[in-house]
Amino acid sequence: MARLTFRRRQSVFRWVVLGLLGVFFVLPLVAMVEFTTRGDQKTWSTLVDWPQLSETYPDLADGIVMSLGQAALTAVLMLVLLVPTAIWVRLRLPGLRRLVEFLCLLPLTIPAIVLVVGLAPVYAWVNYLIGGSSLTLTFAYTILVLPYAYRSIDAGLSAIDVRTLAEAARSLGASWFTVITRVVLPNIRSAVLSAAFLTVALVLGEFTIASLLNRTNLQVAINLLGKSSATMSVAVSLAALLLAFVLLLLLSLVGDRRKKAS
Amino acid sequence: MLGIAKRALGTVPFFAYVAIFLITPTLVVVVGAFAGDEGGVTLANVRALGQGYILDAFGRSILLSASTALIGAVLGALLAYALVTAKPGGLLRRAVTAACGVLAQFGGVTLAFAFIATIGLSGFVTVFLRDAAGVDLYAGGVWLFELPGLVLVYTYFQIPLMVIVFLPALDGIRPQWREAAESLGGTTWVYWTKVAGPLLAPSFLGSTLLLFANAFSAYATAAALVSQGSPIIPLQIRGALTSEVVLGQANVGKAMALGMIVVVAVVMTLYALLQRRTARWLG
Amino acid sequence: MSGVAVHLQGLRRTFGTVHALDGLDLELHPGELIALLGPSGCGKTTALRILAGLDDADSGKVVVDGKDITRLPANRRDMGMVFQAYSLFPHLTARQNVEFGLKLRGRERTTGRATEMLELVGIEQHADRYPHQLSGGQQQRVALARALAIRPKVLLLDEPLSALDAKVRVQLREEIKRIQTEVGTTTLFVTHDQEEALAVADRVGVMRAGRLEQLGAPADVYLSPASAFVADFVGLSNRLPGVLTGEGVEVLGTTLPLVSPATGATNVTALVRPESVDVVPDPAGAGKVLTASFLGPFSRVIVQVGDDLVTAQVASGTVADLAPGTPVRVELRPVAVALEGIS
Repeated sequence: MARLTFRRRQSVFRWVVLGLLGVFFVLPLVAMVEFTTRGDQKTWSTLVDWPQLSETYPDLADGIVMSLGQAALTAVLMLVLLVPTAIWVRLRLPGLRRLVEFLCLLPLTIPAIVLVVGLAPVYAWVNYLIGGSSLTLTFAYTILVLPYAYRSIDAGLSAIDVRTLAEAARSLGASWFTVITRVVLPNIRSAVLSAAFLTVALVLGEFTIASLLNRTNLQVAINLLGKSSATMSVAVSLAALLLAFVLLLLLSLVGDRRKKAS
Repeated sequence: MLGIAKRALGTVPFFAYVAIFLITPTLVVVVGAFAGDEGGVTLANVRALGQGYILDAFGRSILLSASTALIGAVLGALLAYALVTAKPGGLLRRAVTAACGVLAQFGGVTLAFAFIATIGLSGFVTVFLRDAAGVDLYAGGVWLFELPGLVLVYTYFQIPLMVIVFLPALDGIRPQWREAAESLGGTTWVYWTKVAGPLLAPSFLGSTLLLFANAFSAYATAAALVSQGSPIIPLQIRGALTSEVVLGQANVGKAMALGMIVVVAVVMTLYALLQRRTARWLG
Repeated sequence: MSGVAVHLQGLRRTFGTVHALDGLDLELHPGELIALLGPSGCGKTTALRILAGLDDADSGKVVVDGKDITRLPANRRDMGMVFQAYSLFPHLTARQNVEFGLKLRGRERTTGRATEMLELVGIEQHADRYPHQLSGGQQQRVALARALAIRPKVLLLDEPLSALDAKVRVQLREEIKRIQTEVGTTTLFVTHDQEEALAVADRVGVMRAGRLEQLGAPADVYLSPASAFVADFVGLSNRLPGVLTGEGVEVLGTTLPLVSPATGATNVTALVRPESVDVVPDPAGAGKVLTASFLGPFSRVIVQVGDDLVTAQVASGTVADLAPGTPVRVELRPVAVALEGIS
């Protein structure tokens, strides 16, 4: 029975590949757990005890706070900048769509390390105008997340017939502001949500720009910590990774729901 | 005319922002690459790329990116194929795809520390192999913090990325093609070499290019792992940014950055062209 | 070249708990075109795929040209297959698609044969186009040429027209009939469209739950359905209450002959074709026209008689007298009918 052997062979192949690669991918995670629980160190109990953590590792605590701030601010700035523009261009300026898309995807071809080189003089002005807080990294991060956020929002807009929706609302007497906030936005809610999730995940993992512009965030702090306390830095890495896991899993759930809805 | 101008007003904030934080830095790099220390146009910076240590760094960067792209592409394609042979809406496929989505983004400092915990000098696997099997991972030198180590660590995010970008192409392969090939007298070998192979080739090649660009642009993992020397270009740029400026070399960092843009732009353009072909065949 | 005989013997196939095929027996005469007709899930596609070697039967035999090929893999069976849609290799032109099977056989004058086939299906002017540059109908023509090019023992058509527009569908099914008659290859045509099956087939096999319900010439299947299922599936039927009498069944005051004798219950439901119903304006009639819809040469009139609705197909010339509300008399022509629930 030729078909049956074929299917059985496929199944064997599947489990061999999944098994071998599975070990490769799970091993570092297991190793991190083992590494941070060796001996009777108090690594994990310190990590969950915020007052003690900020006292023992002030740089780390500072980095965590900064990263959370950057993530929140970047998500907000990205949404404010991108969502109205994407909708407006689709509705009223279709001729500009290619240009907007090109600009949004451009950061993909400009490595972060290259962007830093060019950002240095720009940030000299930022320093001069609003100071050198690590939260100013938000400006650079908004550019960094542009391609991912744009794709998500664009996919959301493609899934609905924006034009017809808008024409229907306009014919019922809605202003353009109402069209955008009351008609289009509710229909791309999950796309906007996934863009925000992605933004947060990306910002929490950013190291290049923060480190080279001499600012701090979670990743910079972990790297710094690695030089003095390897165990703690591995523990924080694992925690950060798990957080990213949860965020991106939520993201894929949102995506699934969207697929089912459409 | 007035109408268009009024409508365009809505996009001003976006374009202004992009102009300041994306276009300006890009221009700073491009213009700076051709500017002398005292101003004026010069080719000295670009010519400086011909120096041995910079050429070597570019060479190693390309070697690192190409080898991890290839390894990642082959293993990732195998994994993706294993997934498409599983039940389409099944738990296995959904779980692995979701995990790949996370791991493909999992670069940077955390990944470096994950590997230090695994095969660092006192890592889990290193200690286990030494105590249990008497094998010394580093008998030939501590390679984790050098190019071979980078290859291993980069593979960790390249394979999942391959799964994500290659899976849609594999899904585009219709079962009718295999059945048509069979009913016309084709063996499994004929199906793979004459039908599935040629159909998947553009996408495979394109995905490999994307992986190349991904590895070529990566900085954080290498920065956290490599503490001595600057074997690859991103680390050379770090050196140029942070160290004392050698006279007449102030803009060489910008020239290196420009070199990176050129490489990535060429690779990404090829990728886009190959994707277009894939979309036509497997869309 | 003349066709070969095909014999499917006692095929059984289960998917989980579903019996896709439940002991199917089917014999195709050399050069014959049989259409397997049935609702989705009746096993018709499974039967075709087992004949093609793309699926295994749990038990039973496939005999082609006197040889048992049950265990022969698909690629050594010499079957030409046309799929529902999208089966052309997208990276090859129409001509290269047609040449695919020929090259595997290392036959000489591959190009000549391919051209011949493309001409046969009337697509030679598009020979160098890629599938995505062809319409759905054109793609299916190329698929047919590709299947026939290898001079298959048997031609298998798996709902080849169901993804096409109505107009193209009718056009192409005539072509398939013409080409099949011309090349004389024994052909199995699977479809869920009764009109299509009746139009192309030499014989039609109506399937239900993994078995053949009836196998016969199109006219026989339509005019004397072997069971209520066939009567219902092939063509439109009125379900009207009737009373069994000695000579047949009495429906709306007319006694109609039965397709197969029935005993037992006296109150039954008879299946009456709309074209066997005449509607005559009659101020004293028991019926009243509910709706009349114009369908071109014919019109469909729905008449209410007591609690029953009767659908009739009438010549459009007479529909002017049948405005909604008109009192009418319903007359049934004495054509044999089947009874529901009795086979």
